[in-house]
Amino acid sequence: MENRTSEIALIHKAQAQNLKKEKTRQDFWVAVMWLFGLITVSILVLVVGYVLLEGVKAINWEFLTTSPKGGLSGEGGISTTIGTTFYLVGLTLLVATPLGVGAAIFLIEYAGEQSLSSKFLRSLIGVANFAVETLAGIPSIIFGLFGYALFVSTLKFGFSLLSAALAGACLVLPTIIRTTEEALLTVPDDYRRGSLALGATKWQTLYKVVLPASIPGIITGIILSVGRVISETAIFYVTLGGSYRMPTSVLDGGRTLALHLYYLAMDTRAFDKAMGTGAVLVVMIILINLLIDLVSRKLTTGVRKVQ
Amino acid sequence: MNNSKLETINYSLYYGNYRALKEINIKIPENKVTALIGPSGCGKSTFLRSFNRMNDLIAGVRTEGKVLIDGEDILKTDPVALRQNVGMVFQKPNPFPKSIFDNVAYGPRVTGLKDRQKLEEIVEQSLRSAALWDEVKDNLGKSGLDLSGGQQQRLCIARALAVEPTVILMDEPAASLDPIATLKIEDLIHELSVNYTIVIVTHNMQQAGRVSDYTAFFYTDETRTGQLVEFDETKTIFTNPHDRRTEDYITGRFG
Repeated sequence: MENRTSEIALIHKAQAQNLKKEKTRQDFWVAVMWLFGLITVSILVLVVGYVLLEGVKAINWEFLTTSPKGGLSGEGGISTTIGTTFYLVGLTLLVATPLGVGAAIFLIEYAGEQSLSSKFLRSLIGVANFAVETLAGIPSIIFGLFGYALFVSTLKFGFSLLSAALAGACLVLPTIIRTTEEALLTVPDDYRRGSLALGATKWQTLYKVVLPASIPGIITGIILSVGRVISETAIFYVTLGGSYRMPTSVLDGGRTLALHLYYLAMDTRAFDKAMGTGAVLVVMIILINLLIDLVSRKLTTGVRKVQ
Repeated sequence: MNNSKLETINYSLYYGNYRALKEINIKIPENKVTALIGPSGCGKSTFLRSFNRMNDLIAGVRTEGKVLIDGEDILKTDPVALRQNVGMVFQKPNPFPKSIFDNVAYGPRVTGLKDRQKLEEIVEQSLRSAALWDEVKDNLGKSGLDLSGGQQQRLCIARALAVEPTVILMDEPAASLDPIATLKIEDLIHELSVNYTIVIVTHNMQQAGRVSDYTAFFYTDETRTGQLVEFDETKTIFTNPHDRRTEDYITGRFG
């Protein structure tokens, strides 16, 4: 008995010593993680802060509301490039959203049962999934080259909003498909079964129950795509041309904010205006990220309620 | 025995090559409660889903024999139309993320009813039949997900009733509920049996004894193939079973 008690006391002592050591070790690694976190945040703050601080000097009402003048001096504002950006975003999403959402619905809701019936369909669906995966990783300039070859020259759309929007749609398609797929997968099968058991058709189940429940996810994909179109440069360099005038039809060329920034920085001496344009871009991207945050938070509360 | 509402003749079901149900012959009487009992994995839930063809949704399922509803082969009916006649309540309450009203109105709407007044009548009637009306009548716009588990399950029953089925299948409807909510569901099953043919899967012997008029005992051996051992009036099954395995199960010797 005596022996046993002292044995346990020894074990406890060793445990206590070990715990102390482990605590010190933990504190060290927590400090390291903090440091890494701080470095990351500082980089972000430095880049964004620098652009904003430098850019703000160039930004005023006139800068935002007048059109660029062109030429080497880089005189003028950015009004038409803001307009073109919105125009292009709208047109791109008009093409990409129905395509992407439709493809995702097919891959998640229908492909499974279709692939049971035939080997050919199963391999086709495998290829489709692989394609989506691969498209997501392809550099945007490749989409640009493709868009230039197909839309600009072969189909003779020229450097235009139409060419750029079609190329842009190819670029954001994987994003919209992926996020929509994820949203559909988070919809519990209980909903689908419940609806079918009530005598709803598969299509009714989809548009009355499944799609409404996945709307926040789909919107997240769309907003991500908006951000992508706003910030991409190379792909539009070879499809949208560089006219600084406001496009009046989809067959007109133009330049987005990002593209204008590139022209200003490379072809003119107006570095301050480039900074101003950059600041406007950064603010737009920050706003979009806040929007995504808001929407996805709504998405996760929806999911929590389900469980 | 009364008229049989549902019937199976030499009904077998396979998941791929594995036989889950073997040659089941049963006549389920109309407007009575029939309980399906048996150990886990004996195929009673699978059997239940045979009556509204929910097994069709599972990949690789194949059947032999016949399932009849009102004497008609269900494989010859359209599954969507069949499910409007054969409602189902699941183990886990699964209201849609919609308002209480929209949940109950869902079925009538998918069958084409648009008239608001008629919908309101059906919603009230269904919620009353599901003994939920008094608790929710002032909050019909509230999300179905905000209700308690027991209320959600009664909402799902109301939702099933709104389509005017003649049969209601219940797959362990009280398994995820507390004892009080369970009692409410059981009372409800009792009331509904006047107008509906109810088939209920349950793991709970006492529950089968309390709510059902007839009981079917399913059993499975090492082959994991479910078979119907005995089907009779509940009081016979519980007091004077013919098969040794039924008796052993009822008295809790296994399962």
